This record gives sequence, structure tokens and C-alpha cells, in this order.
Amino acid sequence: MANGTIAVSEKSFYEESTNKHSGILAWLLTTDHKRIGLMYLYTISGFFIVGVILGLLMRLELIAPGETIVSAQTYNTFFTLHGVIMIFLFIVPGLPAIFGNFFLPIQLGAKDVSFPRLNLLSWYVYMIGAVLVLVSLFLPGGPIDTGWTFYIPYSVRTGTNVSLAIFAAFVLGFSSILTGINFVTTVHRLRAPGMGFFRMPLFIWSIYSTAWIQIIATPIIGITILLVILERAFGVGIFDPALGGDPILYQHLFWIYSHPAVYIMILPAMGVVSEIIPTFARRTIFGYKAIAFSSLAIAFVGYLVWAHHMFTSGISDTARIIFSLLTFIVALPSGVKVFNWVATMYKGSIDPKPPLLWVMAFIVLFSIGGLTGLVVGSLATDIHLHDTYFVVAHFHYVMFGGTGTIFFAALYYWFPKMFGRMYNIKLANWGVGLFFVAFNMLYFPKFILGYMGMPRRYFDYLPEFTDLHVISTVGSWLMGITMIIVFGNIFYSAFKGPKAPRNPWGGVTLEWHTASPPPLENFHEIPTVTREPYDFSQLEEMNDESK
Amino acid sequence: MSQSNQAAAVDHHVHRDDVGAKMGMWLFLFTEVLLFGGMFLAYAVYRFQYPDQFKLAALELDTTMGTLNTIILLTSSLTMALSILALQKKNKFLSIINLVLTIFFAFGFMVNKYFEWSSKFSHDLYPGSETMLNKQDGEIVFFGLYYIMTGLHGLHIIIGIVILLFMLVFVSRGSVTHDNYVKLENSGLYWHLVDLIWIFLFPLFYLIH
Amino acid sequence: MHQEETNHHSTGYGTYILVWLALIALTSITVTVAGIDFGMVALAIAMLIAAIKSALVINIFMHIKYEEPIFKVFLLVSGFTIVVIFVLTFLDVVNR
Repeated sequence: MANGTIAVSEKSFYEESTNKHSGILAWLLTTDHKRIGLMYLYTISGFFIVGVILGLLMRLELIAPGETIVSAQTYNTFFTLHGVIMIFLFIVPGLPAIFGNFFLPIQLGAKDVSFPRLNLLSWYVYMIGAVLVLVSLFLPGGPIDTGWTFYIPYSVRTGTNVSLAIFAAFVLGFSSILTGINFVTTVHRLRAPGMGFFRMPLFIWSIYSTAWIQIIATPIIGITILLVILERAFGVGIFDPALGGDPILYQHLFWIYSHPAVYIMILPAMGVVSEIIPTFARRTIFGYKAIAFSSLAIAFVGYLVWAHHMFTSGISDTARIIFSLLTFIVALPSGVKVFNWVATMYKGSIDPKPPLLWVMAFIVLFSIGGLTGLVVGSLATDIHLHDTYFVVAHFHYVMFGGTGTIFFAALYYWFPKMFGRMYNIKLANWGVGLFFVAFNMLYFPKFILGYMGMPRRYFDYLPEFTDLHVISTVGSWLMGITMIIVFGNIFYSAFKGPKAPRNPWGGVTLEWHTASPPPLENFHEIPTVTREPYDFSQLEEMNDESK
Repeated sequence: MSQSNQAAAVDHHVHRDDVGAKMGMWLFLFTEVLLFGGMFLAYAVYRFQYPDQFKLAALELDTTMGTLNTIILLTSSLTMALSILALQKKNKFLSIINLVLTIFFAFGFMVNKYFEWSSKFSHDLYPGSETMLNKQDGEIVFFGLYYIMTGLHGLHIIIGIVILLFMLVFVSRGSVTHDNYVKLENSGLYWHLVDLIWIFLFPLFYLIH
Repeated sequence: MHQEETNHHSTGYGTYILVWLALIALTSITVTVAGIDFGMVALAIAMLIAAIKSALVINIFMHIKYEEPIFKVFLLVSGFTIVVIFVLTFLDVVNR
């Protein structure tokens, strides 16, 4: 597969810069996709931790009915910020911007992305958006309290800093678009010789599909946000019902983006799963083309279902029935993936290392999330469950149990390649186990609470819900401890871990053909691809090469 | 496709991928199309809800001004295309002339727009004005859309002017030349898109009777 | 290598001027037609003319006719997206 990877002892990308500077400037002005990916890793992880802390505070507030630690208005701010930070700053950019940036060019056999400077720019745009979110918290008027959905008319009427906060979301969307453009062009233009579309690793397929959604869905939220800002500033009447506007149209426009955005979040995760499973089952992926095309299918079908978020908003019955029907179709390509993953593992020689354990946790949690999605996707049951904790539990199972889990899977899978060091495997195993327990303790009670009628976003609740809320809050503490273990292991190992070999897991995609950490332009010679992406017969040859 | 893809990967020592650059530009243009698409969707929904009030409100707009601006913008698109073609044919002088004309037309469009908007303002027709608030819902929405859509389009014209001024410098200084003109070509694509959006804005706002 | 390709297909000055004349002609048609009361058909006519005009701009001025096929696929994807958004939104608006 890669004849150009004869091990020459060379400098890694940490020691060689794309610019003349050294120290922090070498990072801040870099155009190297790997360094940019790492800068995203640091910043995105930072915001994730902020989001987690907000979540812990919310859970602490909800441990007993009535006011426990914060006021109702502060609680409104907490859940809004938790949503905005987790959605726009962590989960949407998370996998594509960190691991897509780092591994897309390597897996394609390219030296960098198509537009390296644009890539750096999108990191800065991301940072500007993030800073704007933070600034909006401290300006007079107070932090935003609308929920991350910014529904009209409240978002036009409230006196809090809505305009600045949603402008931040606009800026973050712009960053997302630039990344998407970069990735689509890179996939089309910079594949190594011999790397046809059907020899691309499935992670690339998923990032490619994601990039398309980023390009064609994000502008819609951009314009929607601009319209809300203009509505607030000038009272133009586009959305404000007092001036003839239609608040339901706002919801349409919002979800035209935000539903496909759900697939921006989950598709890269599915791609990572499709990488990890073959590697640890030592077996070529089952149904390569089916998985590849199901990514595109999900990207497409994900575009047709947005109004299932609006079943109780007053849209027409015809629309409700058709959108409910279309929603069920999303289950098909998702099912194709799950069955192919399981079929890949069947009779494989399973090597239960931490990344695979994360993936196992993912399959269970994501399946629960997906199946409960059918419950809220079907019209009749949604009328009962809409805006309850059932929905909260559902999307945490899909987003955190799905993408969040895979964020850790990807981190634990590619860590040795990114940092050239290895983490403590035993502690990592404990991390996954604890995560699984904490997760279910934290979120499963919410299914029951929602079913019993606990509405989402409420500051207070009836005394009979107390027991389940307490279980959930204790689960959140366990989750907090788990996060310390999971991140602590990585953080410690990045400095003190033992040196990792070139191919610690026995993977065969291109990133395992180059050094750990890779040299500045990834390969000493552009590789020529002659095999299918998951052809494990080359493994022995690769092992000989690296000796 | 696969051939040029390999070519791009092989001659990496002079890494220049014009097709890739154009591809990136087109993808960016799609995001622009969808940005305006969202507004056209809002327009369509409201026109469906308030058909008669839209007609009434549209009577306030000046069709002659609109038509004039359409012709100006179409002509600027022509000069833009001619400028690229001239550069391809190594006629730098003609290219610069046409680029200057394009910028001139762009300014013309904005001047026209300025007079159009200020006459609306002098008739107390702007979001939040007293006259406006006394109008029917559909009319308020029509003018809201009118100001936002033509305003955002105007903003794109201004950005276009800045880009074209840069191109003028690049072409004159010789950093954009007959064998390396993808920057000019991409600026052209952007400019044509701005024209394209106006092609739809014009009948939807000025020609409802 | 790409330069030669593009040059090869280059349209002459004449083609551009013809396209421009066609665009101006279509503009005057659409303005004239708008003066006549066609009722509901008027919008359809105006949109049809706008579509023809944009097809001219995209194909000739923007060179899409001469680009690699993948560019046309991209164009279809974004066009199709807009159609989907409109159709599904109107599914609600019309029946409300």
C-alpha cells in the first residue's frame, strides 16, 4: 500500500514548523493541518469541560424541588449556555475539526488540506465566535436565557444579550462552513495516486458527507440568525407576530439547519466507529459500499425531516404526518450501519482494547438513543412526550452517548499517533466502564421522568419526581469523576506516557503507515495506494517495514 | 477527474491547483445561494400569506430605478467576463479597462440604490417608522424583506467592489497574469453570483402588479 | 495544464456580447409582461424568465458549461436542496 514509508529517523511535526517562528507563534501561525487539529483539540476540550461543569451545576440545582443553589433566571442561563456551548462549541465542530483535520489528509495520503491558510482562518473564526459567546455573558443586559433554540417571539422580546450571543453562533457557523469547503475540495483534489473514491477509509466518507451538510445547511441558520438580529434591532417584522411575522416560519428555518446539524454531529462519529471496528476485529469491514453510501443517504434523508421538532408548534396536519413518516426513513441507513458493524465483528478476532470498548458503549447507548428517537418521531407518542425529559434523555443518548462517546473513542484510538505516546490501558478500561454506568445513571431516569410528565427546562418540579432526580444527580457526580479519569489519563500520558510504536493497534489505513507522531508533511514520499482500505493481509508486511 | 486529481498530487513541488481553487469558490457560492435561499423562502411564505398586501406595497417601489439597476448589473457582468477573457488572451490593457468598467458599474448600482433608499426614507417608509407601523401586516413584512434582501445584496456589491479593486491592483502589478488568473476568475464567479441573485430579486420586488 | 484546458474552450468576445444582449432583451420582456395583467400566471412567467437568465449567466459567464462534470453535480445538489426546502416548507404553509 505505501511503498514510500521506509522508516527514516526524521523530525516529527512537533519539531518542524511551517513558518519561521518558534514557540507559541509557530502554533498560532501554523498552516499544518495536524497542529490546527491539535489547537482545536485543546480549545474544544476546554469548552467541553465548561459545558460539563454547567451541566453538573444544573443537576445540583435539580437535586431537590424549589431553589437549591441558584435562582430561576440563573438556571435559565445555565441551560441556555450548556446547550449553546455543547452544541456550537463542542459537538458540531468536535470530530470534524479535531480528528477530521488531523487525519483526513493523512488517510488520503495528502500533505495537507487543499486550503491550509483557510484552515487556520477557520480556527480563528471559531475562536472569535467562542470569545463572543463569553463576552455576551458579562455585558449589561445579562447572559442569554432563551434556550439554545432562540425561539421567537421570546428571543425578540427578552432584554438579555441575545443579539451578541446568536451573532456568535453565526460566526461559529461561518467557521464550520469554511472547514466544510476545505474538506470537500481536499477529498476531490488531493487523494493519493491509486486512492479511488472506493478505496477511501470510511472515516473519510463520513467526513465528506458531513462537510456537505456543513456547506448546504449552515447558511440557513446564518440567515435566520441575521434576521433575528435585524428583527431585534429594527423591528422589521419578518418574525415578530405583532408586525405580521410568522414565528412558525422561524422554527422552520431554524430546524432546516439544526436537524441536519444533528447529522453533522453523528456522521463523523459513525465514521470513527467504522475505522475502529475493523482494526480491533482484524477483519475487513462488512459491507464497505453500504456503509459509505449510507453516510450520503443519512446526509440526504436528514434534510427531509426537520419539522418533526415542531409537531406541537401548530404546523399543518398534512405536514405532521408526512414529516413523521419521513423521520422513520432515517432509521434505515442508520440500521444499515449498525448491522454492518456487528457483522464485521462476527467471527473476527476481537481485541478488546479501550477504543473498541468505547465503541461497544457507543453501540448500546446510541441504539437506545436511536430507538427512543422513533418514539418521539412518531406523531401520536410525541404529542405526549414533546418538551418533556424524555426528549432530553433521548438527545443526550444520541449526542453524548453517540458523538460524545466516540469523541473519547477517537481520542483513545488516535492518541498514540497524535502524541507519539501511549496511555495507561488499564485505567482507560476503567474509564469506559465507569462512563457506561455513570451515563445510564445520569440519563436513564430522565426517560421515566419524561414519561411521567416532567417538562424540560423547568427550574422546579413536583415532589414525586424527587427520587429520580436524585439518582440522576448522583449519576452526574459519577460522570464528573469519570471525566477526570478519562481526561486525566490522556493529559498525563501526553507528557509522561511511554513512547508509542508506529502501529500500536495493528490498523492498516494510511495513518498507520507513517511515524508516530507523523512528520511535517505526513509522509516522506506520497504513498501509492494499491489495496482496499481494510485489507489486513498487509499487516505482517507493515510490521516488517517498521522494524 | 481522476487524472487531474493525480496531477495535482504529483506536481506538488509547485503546489497550485486551479481546479481545486475554483471548486472551493463554487462551494462557497452554494453557501451564498442557500443564504439568500433562506430569505427567498421567507419571501415565498409571506407572499403566499399576504398576496394582495404584497401587491399594494410593491406599488411604492420604483420600477424604472429597478430596471435601470438590472441593466447596470447585467452589463457589469459582461465587462467582468470580458476582463477575464481579455487576460486569457494576453490582452492586459483590455482586461484592466473592463475591470475598471465593472467597478464603475458597481458604484453606479450603489449610487442608484442610495437614491432609491433615501427617497423611501423621505416618504417615512422604513422599518419602525410611523407610516410603516400604520400599514397592514403584509405591507410591513414586504418592506422588511425589501430592506433586508436588497440591503444584504448591496452589502455583497460593496464587498465585490473591494475584491475587484484588489484584482485591479493584482492585474496591473502583474501578479495575476494570463497563465495564473484563478484569483480573477474566482472574483468573477462571485460577481456573477451577485448578479444572479439580483436577477431574482428584481421581478420579485419591482414587478408585482 | 488546467489553463490550457480552459483556454481551449474559451468563448470569444462575441459570444459574451450576444449573451448580454439576450439578457437585456429578457429583462425588457419581463418588465413589459409585468405591465399586462396575467393574474397568477404572471409570477410563473417572471420566474421562468429569471431562470432562463440565470441559466445563461451560469453556463456562459460562469463557465459551468466548460467545467469538469463534478461541478455540474455540485450545482444540482445545491439546486435540489433549495427545491426540497421549498417543497417541504410549503407542505406545511399551504395546508395550515
